[in-house]
Amino acid sequence: MIEAELFRSAQRWCPGATGVTGAAKLSGGASQETWRFDITHPDGPIGAILRRSPKGYGAAPTRAAGLAAEAQLMQLAYEAGVPSPRVMHVLTPDEDLGTGFIMQRVEGETIARKILRNDEFAGARPLLARQIGGVLAGLHKLPQDKLPELRSRGATQEISEFDRDYRSLNWPKPVFELALRWLRDHDPGPSVETTLVHGDFRNGNLIIGADGVRAVLDWELAHLGDPMEDLGWVCVNSWRFGEIDKPVGGFGSREELFAGYEAAGRKVDPARVKFWEVMGTLRWGIMCGGMMQRFREGPDHSMERAMIGRRASETEIDLLRLLAPRGG
Amino acid sequence: MQDEPTPIELTKAVADFLRNDITPLISGHQAFKLRVAINILDLVTRQLTQEEGSDAKEVERLRALLGVDGSVMELNRALAERIAKGEVDLATPGLTEHLWATTMDKLAVDQPNYASYKRELGR
Repeated sequence: MIEAELFRSAQRWCPGATGVTGAAKLSGGASQETWRFDITHPDGPIGAILRRSPKGYGAAPTRAAGLAAEAQLMQLAYEAGVPSPRVMHVLTPDEDLGTGFIMQRVEGETIARKILRNDEFAGARPLLARQIGGVLAGLHKLPQDKLPELRSRGATQEISEFDRDYRSLNWPKPVFELALRWLRDHDPGPSVETTLVHGDFRNGNLIIGADGVRAVLDWELAHLGDPMEDLGWVCVNSWRFGEIDKPVGGFGSREELFAGYEAAGRKVDPARVKFWEVMGTLRWGIMCGGMMQRFREGPDHSMERAMIGRRASETEIDLLRLLAPRGG
Repeated sequence: MQDEPTPIELTKAVADFLRNDITPLISGHQAFKLRVAINILDLVTRQLTQEEGSDAKEVERLRALLGVDGSVMELNRALAERIAKGEVDLATPGLTEHLWATTMDKLAVDQPNYASYKRELGR
């Protein structure tokens, strides 16, 4: 059924399209879905991805930039040479597909554990930390006058927000309290420069091929803020998937990341990066607690959600490793 | 008093049945869900086995650290509050050791295969 609607849409913006096949839902929460499909065309099939909120789910959660902004950011990134899928079409209300957009499908792998372990990525892995530095520099250089409207968020506001989120869980976690204290004591204040921040740039949200980074995905948490936030988040231990001695996504060192960033003409502030790594570790821990709440209150009463609640302790040990490391 | 077998023995029997007899029969997304289910039962078994002992030690440390008495939940709330107020910090004798011991006990139940935990276990 969705194939008929997609074909009707494709006829408008893909001249020569003769059909749509292979539509399959890749992921779907209550408010947002991702579908893959192929457009049949005399020049050969065109691989595409639909990202949408189904009808009736217009409002985005407060932190999310919204699908329209996401489409605009991905297109802007694509035009600036930051690895990103080309946006082919932004949905209009009369198409009956909900709100969202259709983009070119980039082939490659997003599953972090496969990227870190499979042989086909063995050549790419040693290059990725530095390459990611370059990609982040390109992203932070996107022209601000062309950006969609985004929320603006600095360190001080983030600390208060996480403090509130943690307290709403109503479950005492002395290690989280310690982290919140540390963050307040080390709050670097407003950054010298405010740029676009991707907000969820990490191993798992990148399409990787044998040649390296092919696309940056999931722009829904994009905002304006301290560019060092993205460098800290990509180093959070939870995104190393077991390769704990390689801080940058399990691929390589901070030095390589920083070198790639600076080679692209931008400056790194390592103290701020460390601050955002601590913040990011706490952020993921609190998110795990939030998943547990959603499990308990429904509608997603799944075992997977329940078990994510039990992963908060992973961030507690990582916070201790950052803030109170043991010798030896 | 309830009869035997104990909850630990019962959960372990179910987990072993799913792992050994059902896993070979299932594939795809259901196999993934089955793995999650087995992981949950293993976690529950670990908690039933370890919680009593680790909670007792945790309470003992907290009483020494805070100089008050209470349940493990009450004492954790009290510690959380004191850290938030800045009355207790990493310079407080015993705090670092307490947080490490407590966190290691949590990981031993939640995620004993987590790489950071395995590294710290070797220290």
